[in-house]
Amino acid sequence: MTEEEKLNHFNSLIERDEKIEPKDWMPEAYRKTVLRQMTQHAHSEVIGMQPEGNWVLRAPTLRAKKILLAKIQDEGGHGLYLYSAAETLGMDRSEMIEQLHEGKAKYSHIFNYPTLNWADIGAIGWLVDGAAIVNQVSLQRTSYGPYARAMVRICKEESFHQRQGYEIMATMMNGTTAQKDMAQDAMNRWWWPSLMMFGPSDKDSWHTQESMHWKIKRASNDDLRQKFIDKTVDQAYVIGLTVPDKDLKFNETTKHWEIGDINWDEFWNVVKGNGLCNHKRISHHIQYHNEGKWVRQAVMSYSEKMNAIQTAASI
Amino acid sequence: MTTKIELYNFVLRLADDNLILAQRLAEWCSCGPILEEDLAMTNISLDLLGQAEDFYEYASELNGEKSEDELAFLRSEREYYNHLLVEQPNGDFACTMLRQMLYSTYAKFLYEALLNSRDEKLVALATKGLKEVKYHFRHSSEWIIRFGKGTKESNERTKNALVELWRFTSDLFEMNETDKVLITSGISFSLRDIYPLWKAEISNVLEEAGLEIPNSENNIIGGINGIHTEYLGHLLSEMQFLQRAYPGAKW
Amino acid sequence: MENNNDQLPLWEVFIQKGGSPFKHEGSIHASDKNMALQNARDIYTRRGEGRLIWVVPSDSIAATTVEEEAEFFDPADDKIYRHPTFYKMPEGAKNI
Ligand SMILES: [Fe+2]
Ligand SMILES: [Fe+2]
Ligand SMILES: [Fe+2]
Repeated sequence: MTEEEKLNHFNSLIERDEKIEPKDWMPEAYRKTVLRQMTQHAHSEVIGMQPEGNWVLRAPTLRAKKILLAKIQDEGGHGLYLYSAAETLGMDRSEMIEQLHEGKAKYSHIFNYPTLNWADIGAIGWLVDGAAIVNQVSLQRTSYGPYARAMVRICKEESFHQRQGYEIMATMMNGTTAQKDMAQDAMNRWWWPSLMMFGPSDKDSWHTQESMHWKIKRASNDDLRQKFIDKTVDQAYVIGLTVPDKDLKFNETTKHWEIGDINWDEFWNVVKGNGLCNHKRISHHIQYHNEGKWVRQAVMSYSEKMNAIQTAASI
Repeated sequence: MTTKIELYNFVLRLADDNLILAQRLAEWCSCGPILEEDLAMTNISLDLLGQAEDFYEYASELNGEKSEDELAFLRSEREYYNHLLVEQPNGDFACTMLRQMLYSTYAKFLYEALLNSRDEKLVALATKGLKEVKYHFRHSSEWIIRFGKGTKESNERTKNALVELWRFTSDLFEMNETDKVLITSGISFSLRDIYPLWKAEISNVLEEAGLEIPNSENNIIGGINGIHTEYLGHLLSEMQFLQRAYPGAKW
Repeated sequence: MENNNDQLPLWEVFIQKGGSPFKHEGSIHASDKNMALQNARDIYTRRGEGRLIWVVPSDSIAATTVEEEAEFFDPADDKIYRHPTFYKMPEGAKNI
């Protein structure tokens, strides 16, 4: 096949909504974009274990501890599925981790915020996972096969994450004054950052257009954000939480909630490294990666020795 | 029945062992040597938490006043009956896996013996727990073998862990008034019966790993009588934080 | 990168549930067979999804390439006699 035929074949697969598979020919820019998005997504899942992990030892009941631990474990699993999906494009996990440590690969800015009270665990499940789910549901239809399949599995597992978070918020809003204050405080701190998770408005982003054209992205940042806002505002009211946005209003014509201006300076400031936890998140990851090195070396050495014995025995 | 208080204490002992070890393992969350093992350790922790919950539920039933969460979160250090081994700090990954192997082997024989208990509820809980601890034994013993035969460093680390932890192993087989009463009534059994089984199993694993049981005269005891190393208090103050800081709040 | 094996070798995971054929679920990293099986269990069967697990070192899998796609699969396209709908059944025949 000539280069042109290959490109035509690729484009026709995309057009027919068929999946691109690892060994298929693909434009270099497509490979790069998918790989970047998958590794970034994988790193987000893994780094996201830390803010929630911050409360796992302090969970207030046996039930809460079990749920939180299982939830964080799921996130680790999501990271793993996504690393695997990314590995199909020929980069191995060691390299992805190296990129993370060197700051060449990013993760979601949201995990650079601290978890300061137990309600933050509720807010993360309800708002952060809630926002992530909206995005992930749409990504189940992404054009790269392994990515789409990982998303299907992840979405199935995500279904309890948001509910457990909302349950925590609801319970606290039903509790003592101190608990209500904690819940509202968490709401105030997590609401806007959750909205930022969808990324800046993509009205004029060339990046988005290309991604949409290749069906890597299936919906625009603004559309996804609106979807999230519409379902979440009502949930907040149901349990008596105030949405920290004085400009919030319901548009009777469009049937959508309209929000005030998002403070993108805050977003970029956190992305640039000035969140309360940027440094901690990465240094934690580096520390335990390094501490695990002897373990990985030991088991490789063990397996080489065992293979040698087996080979010798079979001669 | 006159054995009720003893049974309650015994069930608490089982519950506490599971909870404290689960809490220790949960400390590894996001700190594992490789992502796969992070999830594996969480699975073990979740198994143990589940068992702890079951035992606390039973204890709460026997107690008649306190809920399982009150039992788990609102007792003081001296009222916890877990063994000293499970409260020991994680140390490095070799130390954690060794602690797991020593404990899982113990739990395996303990639950097997409890299958013959005259207390039906204990039989049911032991049956459920047994499947899980067998898997934990498999998982942890394989790691010990890999380490024993892996690199010089992994071998050394495992040896050090053995020295560190071995001194707390006789505590696992200590018995008190509770055991005496329960043995007589056919609810429990003498832990001396399972000691040789435990030791043989541990020796097997260590032999396959090219390691040896350390020569240690030390045996530090106290857990089942509520006498602990200093580590437990810190573990509890973290674990109990919310329950202590907001008395009466529902979570 | 100093060591390709720093994350341990890659394995493909296949799981069987119910009476269905083994299905490819994803991959994991592990240094030996036992570890691979346990990792597969811990990662892919946390919600009771499995009965039996196979793990295969990823580099032991032989795969067709896109270049071979036409050669391998097009010949099956015109063998419609392999499909039941190819056959004409007499009017009124049922349950066949
Ligand atoms: Fe997530
Ligand atoms: Fe996730
Ligand atoms: Fe999630």
